[in-house]
Amino acid sequence: MNKIRIKFQKYGPIRYIGHLDVMRFFQKAIRRAGIDVSYTSGFSPHQIMSFASPLGVGMESRGEYMDIQVNSLPAPREGKSVCDVLVEDLRRVCVEGLEPVSARILPDTAKNAMASVAAASYTVRFREGREPGGFCALPEAGRQDKIRAFTGQERIPFVRETKKGAREIDLRPGIFSLVWKDRAFEMLLDASSAGNRKPGHVAAAFFDFLGEPLGENALWITREDLFARGEDGIMGELISLGEMGSADPETEVLHEP
Amino acid sequence: MHDKLALSDDILLQIEKPERYIGHEYNSVVKDPETVGIRFAMCFPDVYEIGMSHLGIQILYHLLNSMPDVWCERVYSPWPDLDRIMRKEQIPLFALESQDPIRDFDFLGITIQYEMCYTNILQILDLARIPLLAAQRGEDCPIVIGGGPCTYNPEPLADFFDIFYIGEGETRYGQLLELYRECKAQGLGRLEFLRRTAREVPGMYVPRFYEAAYGQDGVLQSFGPIEEGIPARVRKELVTDLKDAVYPDKPVVPFIKVTQDRVVLEIQRGCIRGCRFCQAGQLYRPVRERDVETLKQYAVQLLHNTGQEEISLSSLSSSDYSALAELVDFLMETCAGQHTNISLPSLRIDAFYLDVMSKIQDVKKSSLTFAPEAGSQRLRNVINKGLTEEMILNGATLAFQGGWNRVKLYFMLGLPTETPEDIRGIGELANRIAAAFYETVPKENRKNGRVQIVVSTAFFVPKPFTPFQWAAQCVPEEFLHRAYLTRTAISEQLNQKSIKYNWHEADVSVMEGVLARGDRRLGKVIQKVYEKGGIFDAWGEYYDDSRWREALAECGLSADFYTHRERPLDELLPWDFIDCGVTKEFLKREWERAQRAEPSANCKVKCEGCGAAGFGCGICVIPGRKSS
Repeated sequence: MNKIRIKFQKYGPIRYIGHLDVMRFFQKAIRRAGIDVSYTSGFSPHQIMSFASPLGVGMESRGEYMDIQVNSLPAPREGKSVCDVLVEDLRRVCVEGLEPVSARILPDTAKNAMASVAAASYTVRFREGREPGGFCALPEAGRQDKIRAFTGQERIPFVRETKKGAREIDLRPGIFSLVWKDRAFEMLLDASSAGNRKPGHVAAAFFDFLGEPLGENALWITREDLFARGEDGIMGELISLGEMGSADPETEVLHEP
Repeated sequence: MHDKLALSDDILLQIEKPERYIGHEYNSVVKDPETVGIRFAMCFPDVYEIGMSHLGIQILYHLLNSMPDVWCERVYSPWPDLDRIMRKEQIPLFALESQDPIRDFDFLGITIQYEMCYTNILQILDLARIPLLAAQRGEDCPIVIGGGPCTYNPEPLADFFDIFYIGEGETRYGQLLELYRECKAQGLGRLEFLRRTAREVPGMYVPRFYEAAYGQDGVLQSFGPIEEGIPARVRKELVTDLKDAVYPDKPVVPFIKVTQDRVVLEIQRGCIRGCRFCQAGQLYRPVRERDVETLKQYAVQLLHNTGQEEISLSSLSSSDYSALAELVDFLMETCAGQHTNISLPSLRIDAFYLDVMSKIQDVKKSSLTFAPEAGSQRLRNVINKGLTEEMILNGATLAFQGGWNRVKLYFMLGLPTETPEDIRGIGELANRIAAAFYETVPKENRKNGRVQIVVSTAFFVPKPFTPFQWAAQCVPEEFLHRAYLTRTAISEQLNQKSIKYNWHEADVSVMEGVLARGDRRLGKVIQKVYEKGGIFDAWGEYYDDSRWREALAECGLSADFYTHRERPLDELLPWDFIDCGVTKEFLKREWERAQRAEPSANCKVKCEGCGAAGFGCGICVIPGRKSS
């Protein structure tokens, strides 16, 4: 039995495939690839598979993760590592836009992807023609000043609409970093199950702070990567979920998360 | 990767299930448009989840895309939420693979599987910006070609189609597309291509070359070609040997859950049974089996190429497939330990079935399905349903012993010669099945204490090319009265607490009857209903009976003329010009036998001389079989 973490990308028209359907897609792809995946026992067995964090419909990502459990690993071939073989086999039966890029073998003691997630990085661009005129017209230094002023606040209240009604949350503690670079925001936000913050909310709060309206669907959001906390506890350094474990158990020492 | 989407992000983010419209599914075929001569859009005029579940489309998609010069893409009906947006924002209908407008294609193929999708066909044409009427289409419009069971009476749709392909799609597309290429190369126009199609390609009905005339009484008086060289009769096309027929070994795997979310293995075409209400049982004669060794290979390939977790056998009556046991054993062996489910619909419930089911399914979760169709043996003889009460009770008793405790029963109301006695029989049969449960299963073994029996009734709709094509259909009030009698009969049973009863809508069954046996004049009615906003009429929540009633009245037509009237045997029927293999003489014989409650033999027992032997294939040519 091995735990495998597979990193995949989601882009292009595939961004409209919902989270549950992405799961269904990979369940079938794993069967097509002939990966010896483990199933739960009981009357309706299903593949042992978990996803780090659901991605909203319409968003692209360069760093999505799913963990699967396999009964056996594929044989290495052509000088490629076990993980590379597995990714290659799986990629062959996937569609463009929903593609595995790398895999790591996790130590048996590793927490699953979802429990590990502490932060997520995003690039937030504006859709063509929907750039907020005021902010974009500022000189570079002026834009940086505005961002500093925004993040310098002690609290950043934001009213979140949910099915149960509106609720005010504080975005500030969940914004680990917010940078403007190359005509886009780069955000590193809390993505833990308790404190998850959405990039769309942060952008909305920012333009609200500027007093500048943001058009509907003005944002084009790409998730770049997901991170876990390192060894030294809750405030430990962030490591990419894709760097945990080992690419080749034969040659490397497993990196305990 | 082609990133093009016909719909903007703003639209995709506000509609239900955007996945219906973006393509990119695994095994979908993308070609370079520069390298193909013919662009073909294949349409199932209903929502994606229904259309994607249809095997016929997958077969044709595979067949057409195996031609290097052809790119076949798919298109389904935009759901009403997107329909509204496309009209408002003037977005033309597009194909899933290329996202290109349908209007620019060479062909638009539409499969016509049920009558209540006719308004959706107009929706497709309209959204594609193709004139609804074939006569108004210019040289730049796609050729609109229809296929599927409803084309055996294509007349209500005659105004909207350039060609109807009568019969199985595997045989003539090569020839048809070759002719298209030839006509295009020679610069012959649309009309000349259609003329040559009607003259030269077997199975093709081009309605514009035919004319219908009606008498004072509204009855069809004459029907025939209006030009020399156009055939007076169009004979059904069929695959004589399924062994070499193409099979889609790489079916498209949808992202979203669709109705038929599994691998489908078609084991045979046609049915030996000859139930007199069943149109498919007559249209697809003679029965042709697929080779079991080939099917085993397909099963393995299909599961491997799709990753699906379930495989289902498809046929009208799987129990009649001669190598069923061998195939099922193979599937059980192949699927063992692979976490692959096997589903076996259309199987007779007997010892074999129960043995297999107990091995492949969780008995506690599954229910048994019987389709006696009629409540009394007399009426079952009328409809030639060779299922006896004894067979049902034996099957149910065996099943109860095996742990099953849920039974579904399907019946029809309004069958020819039906009496209140027959209707009472429905309640009595359900009661006897419940009694068999309590006799068979000791109290301590009864889960939930009770057996669950669900009785469902559909209203009978007479269909062309069945022995009941002349029969009168009930009016809606009569249908509802019979449903009331059924409910009353059930409530009078001793075990009524174990029996639940569901019945269908009556209005829509009557309108289905109008369209099923309708003539060309109904084209105007369908168009009016569409113009009044009718789409998705097959969906209860969108069906509006008043639109149909108004449209009929505005056209000076009545539903009763088409449905409530028993047609004389010598009346010219709108579909008489189609030759489906089964002769009118045979259907008449069967209609007369029905009225005497006399059953007929099935094709395996004895040949009743239906006429399908003229195709010289399938069960008709199996040596040593008795003939009449």
